[in-house]
Amino acid sequence: GWPRSGGVRGGAAMDLFGDLRRMNKRQLYYQVLNFAMIVSSALMIWKGLIVVTGSESPIVVVLSGSMEPAFHRGDLLFLTNFHDDPIRAGEIVVFKVEGRDIPIVHRVIKVHEKGNGNIKFLTKGDNNEVDDRGLYKEGQNWLEKKDVVGRARGFLPYVGMVTIIMNDYPKFKYALLAVMGAYVLLKRES
Amino acid sequence: LRKNVEDFTGPRERSDLGFVTFDITADILNGKNDLQTFRNKNTLIIFDWNVKQLFLYLSAEYSTKNNALNQVVLWDKIMLRGDNPRLSLKDMKSKYFFFDDGNGLKGNRNITLTLSWNVVPNAGILPLVTGSGHVSVPFPDTYETTKSY
Repeated sequence: GWPRSGGVRGGAAMDLFGDLRRMNKRQLYYQVLNFAMIVSSALMIWKGLIVVTGSESPIVVVLSGSMEPAFHRGDLLFLTNFHDDPIRAGEIVVFKVEGRDIPIVHRVIKVHEKGNGNIKFLTKGDNNEVDDRGLYKEGQNWLEKKDVVGRARGFLPYVGMVTIIMNDYPKFKYALLAVMGAYVLLKRES
Repeated sequence: LRKNVEDFTGPRERSDLGFVTFDITADILNGKNDLQTFRNKNTLIIFDWNVKQLFLYLSAEYSTKNNALNQVVLWDKIMLRGDNPRLSLKDMKSKYFFFDDGNGLKGNRNITLTLSWNVVPNAGILPLVTGSGHVSVPFPDTYETTKSY
Protein backbone atom coordinates (compact mmCIF):
# COMPACT_ATOMS: atom_id res chain seq x y z
CA GLY A 1 0.00 0.00 0.00
CA TRP A 2 0.98 3.62 -0.26
CA PRO A 3 2.68 5.10 2.82
CA ARG A 4 0.43 7.23 4.99
CA SER A 5 1.49 10.63 6.27
CA GLY A 6 0.83 11.38 9.93
CA GLY A 7 -2.28 13.13 11.25
CA VAL A 8 -5.16 12.92 13.65
CA ARG A 9 -7.79 10.48 12.55
CA GLY A 10 -11.51 11.03 13.22
CA GLY A 11 -14.32 8.69 12.20
CA ALA A 12 -14.36 6.51 9.09
CA ALA A 13 -15.86 9.24 6.89
CA MET A 14 -13.14 11.70 7.87
CA ASP A 15 -10.72 8.92 7.08
CA LEU A 16 -12.08 8.58 3.56
CA PHE A 17 -11.76 12.26 2.73
CA GLY A 18 -8.41 12.28 4.41
CA ASP A 19 -7.29 9.53 2.06
CA LEU A 20 -8.58 11.45 -0.92
CA ARG A 21 -6.57 14.53 0.01
CA ARG A 22 -3.48 12.53 0.69
CA MET A 23 -3.60 10.68 -2.62
CA ASN A 24 -1.09 12.11 -4.99
CA LYS A 25 -1.62 12.44 -8.70
CA ARG A 26 -0.15 9.06 -9.54
CA GLN A 27 -2.52 7.26 -7.20
CA LEU A 28 -5.46 9.13 -8.68
CA TYR A 29 -4.54 8.18 -12.22
CA TYR A 30 -4.12 4.61 -11.07
CA GLN A 31 -7.59 4.52 -9.57
CA VAL A 32 -9.13 6.10 -12.66
CA LEU A 33 -7.46 3.51 -14.88
CA ASN A 34 -8.74 0.79 -12.61
CA PHE A 35 -12.24 2.15 -12.97
CA ALA A 36 -11.89 2.40 -16.75
CA MET A 37 -10.72 -1.18 -16.91
CA ILE A 38 -13.76 -2.39 -15.01
CA VAL A 39 -16.08 -0.51 -17.35
CA SER A 40 -14.28 -1.84 -20.43
CA SER A 41 -14.43 -5.40 -19.19
CA ALA A 42 -18.16 -5.12 -18.59
CA LEU A 43 -18.66 -3.76 -22.11
CA MET A 44 -16.53 -6.54 -23.57
CA ILE A 45 -18.55 -9.18 -21.80
CA TRP A 46 -21.75 -7.67 -23.13
CA LYS A 47 -20.43 -7.48 -26.69
CA GLY A 48 -19.20 -11.05 -26.35
CA LEU A 49 -22.68 -12.16 -25.38
CA ILE A 50 -24.11 -10.40 -28.42
CA VAL A 51 -21.71 -12.34 -30.67
CA VAL A 52 -22.22 -15.69 -28.99
CA THR A 53 -26.01 -15.57 -28.94
CA GLY A 54 -26.50 -13.86 -32.28
CA SER A 55 -28.98 -11.48 -30.69
CA GLU A 56 -28.59 -7.70 -30.56
CA SER A 57 -29.97 -7.79 -27.02
CA PRO A 58 -29.24 -11.13 -25.38
CA ILE A 59 -30.73 -10.19 -22.01
CA VAL A 60 -34.06 -8.39 -21.79
CA VAL A 61 -36.38 -7.36 -19.00
CA VAL A 62 -40.09 -8.16 -19.25
CA LEU A 63 -41.97 -4.87 -19.21
CA SER A 64 -45.63 -5.87 -19.29
CA GLY A 65 -47.97 -8.45 -17.88
CA SER A 66 -49.06 -9.81 -21.22
CA MET A 67 -47.32 -13.15 -20.67
CA GLU A 68 -48.58 -13.81 -17.18
CA PRO A 69 -48.59 -16.09 -15.30
CA ALA A 70 -45.41 -17.32 -16.96
CA PHE A 71 -43.52 -14.00 -16.92
CA HIS A 72 -44.13 -10.94 -14.82
CA ARG A 73 -42.90 -7.38 -15.10
CA GLY A 74 -39.32 -7.34 -13.91
CA ASP A 75 -38.38 -10.87 -14.93
CA LEU A 76 -35.18 -11.38 -16.90
CA LEU A 77 -35.09 -13.32 -20.17
CA PHE A 78 -32.04 -14.82 -21.90
CA LEU A 79 -32.26 -14.88 -25.68
CA THR A 80 -30.55 -16.55 -28.60
CA ASN A 81 -31.06 -15.67 -32.22
CA PHE A 82 -29.23 -18.24 -34.30
CA HIS A 83 -29.81 -17.76 -37.98
CA ASP A 84 -30.52 -21.41 -38.64
CA ASP A 85 -33.03 -21.81 -35.82
CA PRO A 86 -36.42 -22.12 -37.43
CA ILE A 87 -39.36 -20.23 -35.95
CA ARG A 88 -42.00 -22.67 -34.77
CA ALA A 89 -45.42 -22.45 -33.15
CA GLY A 90 -45.24 -22.35 -29.36
CA GLU A 91 -41.90 -20.59 -29.14
CA ILE A 92 -41.53 -17.43 -27.13
CA VAL A 93 -40.01 -14.69 -29.26
CA VAL A 94 -38.90 -11.17 -28.52
CA PHE A 95 -39.59 -8.88 -31.46
CA LYS A 96 -39.63 -5.22 -32.37
CA VAL A 97 -42.35 -3.62 -34.43
CA GLU A 98 -40.90 -1.54 -37.24
CA GLY A 99 -40.54 2.03 -36.10
CA ARG A 100 -40.86 1.25 -32.40
CA ASP A 101 -38.05 0.87 -29.92
CA ILE A 102 -39.69 -1.28 -27.32
CA PRO A 103 -39.24 -5.04 -27.70
CA ILE A 104 -42.28 -7.24 -27.08
CA VAL A 105 -42.20 -10.74 -25.59
CA HIS A 106 -44.99 -12.98 -26.91
CA ARG A 107 -45.63 -16.48 -28.20
CA VAL A 108 -45.76 -17.64 -31.82
CA ILE A 109 -49.19 -19.04 -32.67
CA LYS A 110 -49.10 -19.30 -36.47
CA VAL A 111 -46.27 -20.06 -38.87
CA HIS A 112 -46.28 -20.16 -42.66
CA GLU A 113 -42.95 -21.06 -44.20
CA LYS A 114 -42.18 -21.28 -47.89
CA GLY A 115 -39.80 -23.75 -49.47
CA ASN A 116 -37.12 -21.07 -49.89
CA GLY A 117 -37.01 -20.39 -46.16
CA ASN A 118 -39.20 -17.27 -46.14
CA ILE A 119 -41.16 -17.30 -42.92
CA LYS A 120 -44.08 -15.22 -41.79
CA PHE A 121 -45.61 -15.69 -38.38
CA LEU A 122 -48.19 -14.33 -35.96
CA THR A 123 -47.77 -13.79 -32.23
CA LYS A 124 -50.00 -13.40 -29.20
CA GLY A 125 -49.43 -12.76 -25.53
CA ASP A 126 -50.56 -15.63 -23.32
CA ASN A 127 -52.51 -13.23 -21.16
CA ASN A 128 -54.12 -11.36 -24.05
CA GLU A 129 -57.49 -12.20 -25.54
CA VAL A 130 -56.52 -11.38 -29.10
CA ASP A 131 -53.45 -11.83 -31.27
CA ASP A 132 -50.89 -9.11 -31.86
CA ARG A 133 -52.14 -7.80 -35.21
CA GLY A 134 -53.28 -4.66 -33.38
CA LEU A 135 -49.71 -4.09 -32.24
CA TYR A 136 -48.07 -4.46 -35.62
CA LYS A 137 -47.56 -1.60 -38.03
CA GLU A 138 -50.55 -0.26 -39.94
CA GLY A 139 -51.39 -2.79 -42.64
CA GLN A 140 -48.90 -5.33 -41.35
CA ASN A 141 -50.42 -8.74 -40.72
CA TRP A 142 -47.36 -10.88 -40.11
CA LEU A 143 -43.94 -10.73 -38.56
CA GLU A 144 -40.76 -11.84 -40.32
CA LYS A 145 -37.39 -13.08 -39.20
CA LYS A 146 -35.92 -9.60 -39.45
CA ASP A 147 -38.29 -8.38 -36.73
CA VAL A 148 -37.02 -10.93 -34.25
CA VAL A 149 -34.58 -9.84 -31.53
CA GLY A 150 -34.28 -13.37 -30.18
CA ARG A 151 -35.89 -16.55 -28.90
CA ALA A 152 -36.39 -16.86 -25.13
CA ARG A 153 -34.29 -19.77 -23.91
CA GLY A 154 -34.00 -19.18 -20.18
CA PHE A 155 -35.38 -16.95 -17.50
CA LEU A 156 -34.78 -15.56 -14.03
CA PRO A 157 -37.60 -14.04 -12.02
CA TYR A 158 -37.50 -10.58 -10.35
CA VAL A 159 -33.85 -9.80 -11.21
CA GLY A 160 -34.77 -7.28 -13.89
CA MET A 161 -36.74 -5.14 -11.43
CA VAL A 162 -33.60 -3.10 -10.80
CA THR A 163 -33.66 -1.89 -14.40
CA ILE A 164 -37.30 -0.94 -14.19
CA ILE A 165 -36.75 0.98 -10.96
CA MET A 166 -33.80 2.81 -12.47
CA ASN A 167 -35.96 3.73 -15.43
CA ASP A 168 -38.89 4.94 -13.39
CA TYR A 169 -36.84 6.76 -10.78
CA PRO A 170 -33.80 8.33 -12.47
CA LYS A 171 -32.62 9.80 -9.16
CA PHE A 172 -32.14 6.26 -7.94
CA LYS A 173 -30.00 5.50 -10.98
CA TYR A 174 -27.74 8.51 -10.40
CA ALA A 175 -27.43 7.76 -6.72
CA LEU A 176 -26.44 4.18 -7.50
CA LEU A 177 -23.86 5.30 -10.08
CA ALA A 178 -22.45 7.87 -7.65
CA VAL A 179 -22.04 5.29 -4.92
CA MET A 180 -20.42 2.80 -7.29
CA GLY A 181 -18.10 5.45 -8.70
CA ALA A 182 -17.08 6.64 -5.26
CA TYR A 183 -16.39 3.11 -4.11
CA VAL A 184 -14.18 2.26 -7.05
CA LEU A 185 -12.28 5.53 -7.01
CA LEU A 186 -11.60 5.51 -3.31
CA LYS A 187 -10.97 1.84 -2.76
CA ARG A 188 -7.39 1.24 -1.77
CA GLU A 189 -5.48 -1.84 -2.70
CA SER A 190 -3.31 -2.97 0.19
CA LEU B 1 -54.30 -38.60 -27.62
CA ARG B 2 -57.47 -39.23 -29.52
CA LYS B 3 -59.06 -36.80 -31.87
CA ASN B 4 -62.15 -36.68 -33.99
CA VAL B 5 -62.69 -34.18 -36.70
CA GLU B 6 -65.71 -32.40 -37.97
CA ASP B 7 -65.59 -31.89 -41.60
CA PHE B 8 -66.16 -28.56 -43.17
CA THR B 9 -64.05 -25.74 -44.44
CA GLY B 10 -65.23 -22.36 -45.61
CA PRO B 11 -63.46 -19.74 -47.70
CA ARG B 12 -63.21 -16.28 -46.19
CA GLU B 13 -61.33 -13.47 -47.84
CA ARG B 14 -59.95 -15.97 -50.24
CA SER B 15 -58.39 -18.08 -47.49
CA ASP B 16 -59.51 -21.45 -46.31
CA LEU B 17 -60.95 -21.67 -42.84
CA GLY B 18 -61.03 -25.06 -41.22
CA PHE B 19 -63.18 -26.29 -38.39
CA VAL B 20 -61.97 -29.07 -36.20
CA THR B 21 -63.38 -30.58 -33.06
CA PHE B 22 -61.25 -32.86 -31.00
CA ASP B 23 -60.83 -34.89 -27.88
CA ILE B 24 -57.68 -34.77 -25.84
CA THR B 25 -56.68 -37.41 -23.39
CA ALA B 26 -53.25 -36.92 -21.94
CA ASP B 27 -51.47 -38.11 -18.89
CA ILE B 28 -48.76 -35.56 -18.35
CA LEU B 29 -47.62 -36.42 -14.87
CA ASN B 30 -46.71 -40.01 -15.53
CA GLY B 31 -44.87 -39.31 -18.72
CA LYS B 32 -46.76 -41.27 -21.29
CA ASN B 33 -45.30 -38.42 -23.23
CA ASP B 34 -41.68 -37.56 -23.92
CA LEU B 35 -39.53 -38.67 -21.00
CA GLN B 36 -36.08 -38.15 -22.48
CA THR B 37 -35.67 -34.50 -21.53
CA PHE B 38 -36.52 -35.20 -17.97
CA ARG B 39 -34.51 -38.36 -17.47
CA ASN B 40 -31.43 -36.20 -17.61
CA LYS B 41 -32.56 -34.41 -14.53
CA ASN B 42 -33.03 -37.69 -12.70
CA THR B 43 -36.71 -37.03 -12.41
CA LEU B 44 -39.42 -38.92 -14.15
CA ILE B 45 -42.05 -36.49 -13.04
CA ILE B 46 -42.59 -33.48 -15.22
CA PHE B 47 -43.91 -31.26 -12.47
CA ASP B 48 -40.77 -31.14 -10.34
CA TRP B 49 -39.83 -28.44 -7.82
CA ASN B 50 -38.55 -26.13 -10.50
CA VAL B 51 -41.60 -26.23 -12.75
CA LYS B 52 -43.94 -23.27 -12.28
CA GLN B 53 -46.36 -24.16 -15.06
CA LEU B 54 -46.79 -25.84 -18.40
CA PHE B 55 -48.14 -23.96 -21.37
CA LEU B 56 -49.93 -26.61 -23.42
CA TYR B 57 -50.92 -26.09 -27.00
CA LEU B 58 -52.47 -28.13 -29.76
CA SER B 59 -50.99 -27.31 -33.12
CA ALA B 60 -51.93 -28.35 -36.62
CA GLU B 61 -49.02 -28.87 -38.98
CA TYR B 62 -49.40 -29.34 -42.71
CA SER B 63 -48.02 -28.53 -46.15
CA THR B 64 -49.70 -26.66 -48.94
CA LYS B 65 -48.93 -25.58 -52.47
CA ASN B 66 -48.28 -22.05 -51.21
CA ASN B 67 -46.19 -22.90 -48.21
CA ALA B 68 -43.86 -25.81 -47.50
CA LEU B 69 -44.66 -25.72 -43.79
CA ASN B 70 -47.63 -24.36 -41.90
CA GLN B 71 -48.25 -24.49 -38.19
CA VAL B 72 -51.39 -23.17 -36.59
CA VAL B 73 -52.10 -23.28 -32.87
CA LEU B 74 -55.71 -24.32 -32.44
CA TRP B 75 -55.99 -24.42 -28.70
CA ASP B 76 -53.93 -23.73 -25.63
CA LYS B 77 -54.13 -24.07 -21.89
CA ILE B 78 -52.03 -23.08 -18.95
CA MET B 79 -51.49 -25.84 -16.44
CA LEU B 80 -50.12 -24.61 -13.14
CA ARG B 81 -48.21 -26.78 -10.75
CA GLY B 82 -50.87 -28.29 -8.58
CA ASP B 83 -53.52 -28.47 -11.29
CA ASN B 84 -54.82 -31.86 -12.26
CA PRO B 85 -52.21 -33.26 -14.64
CA ARG B 86 -54.59 -35.55 -16.42
CA LEU B 87 -56.47 -34.06 -19.31
CA SER B 88 -59.64 -35.57 -20.56
CA LEU B 89 -61.34 -33.09 -22.81
CA LYS B 90 -64.05 -34.10 -25.19
CA ASP B 91 -65.63 -32.36 -28.11
CA MET B 92 -63.46 -29.32 -27.86
CA LYS B 93 -63.70 -26.64 -30.49
CA SER B 94 -60.59 -24.82 -31.56
CA LYS B 95 -59.96 -21.65 -29.57
CA TYR B 96 -58.50 -19.80 -32.50
CA PHE B 97 -59.59 -19.53 -36.10
CA PHE B 98 -57.86 -22.10 -38.26
CA PHE B 99 -57.11 -19.91 -41.25
CA ASP B 100 -54.75 -21.08 -43.91
CA ASP B 101 -52.56 -18.65 -45.78
CA GLY B 102 -54.29 -19.37 -49.04
CA ASN B 103 -56.51 -22.23 -50.07
CA GLY B 104 -54.45 -25.13 -48.91
CA LEU B 105 -56.95 -26.82 -46.60
CA LYS B 106 -59.36 -27.99 -49.25
CA GLY B 107 -58.63 -31.59 -50.08
CA ASN B 108 -55.58 -31.61 -47.87
CA ARG B 109 -55.32 -35.17 -46.65
CA ASN B 110 -52.59 -34.78 -44.15
CA ILE B 111 -53.00 -32.34 -41.32
CA THR B 112 -51.13 -33.51 -38.25
CA LEU B 113 -52.42 -32.46 -34.87
CA THR B 114 -49.86 -32.58 -32.06
CA LEU B 115 -49.99 -31.67 -28.40
CA SER B 116 -46.89 -29.86 -27.16
CA TRP B 117 -45.97 -27.83 -24.15
CA ASN B 118 -43.58 -25.17 -22.96
CA VAL B 119 -42.13 -25.88 -19.55
CA VAL B 120 -41.88 -22.64 -17.56
CA PRO B 121 -39.48 -23.12 -14.65
CA ASN B 122 -39.23 -21.04 -11.49
CA ALA B 123 -35.83 -20.12 -12.88
CA GLY B 124 -33.78 -21.61 -15.68
CA ILE B 125 -34.14 -23.00 -19.18
CA LEU B 126 -37.43 -22.85 -21.11
CA PRO B 127 -37.77 -26.09 -23.06
CA LEU B 128 -40.43 -26.95 -25.61
CA VAL B 129 -41.55 -30.54 -25.45
CA THR B 130 -43.69 -32.43 -27.92
CA GLY B 131 -45.98 -35.12 -26.65
CA SER B 132 -45.80 -38.55 -28.16
CA GLY B 133 -48.86 -39.48 -30.11
CA HIS B 134 -50.25 -37.34 -32.83
CA VAL B 135 -53.17 -37.69 -35.14
CA SER B 136 -53.47 -37.14 -38.86
CA VAL B 137 -56.61 -35.51 -40.06
CA PRO B 138 -57.91 -35.09 -43.60
CA PHE B 139 -59.99 -32.20 -44.85
CA PRO B 140 -62.68 -32.86 -47.46
CA ASP B 141 -62.53 -31.74 -51.08
CA THR B 142 -65.50 -29.45 -50.92
CA TYR B 143 -66.49 -26.39 -49.03
CA GLU B 144 -69.50 -26.19 -46.79
CA THR B 145 -71.52 -23.05 -46.81
CA THR B 146 -73.72 -23.77 -43.84
CA LYS B 147 -71.98 -22.94 -40.62
CA SER B 148 -73.42 -25.15 -37.97
CA TYR B 149 -70.38 -24.79 -35.77
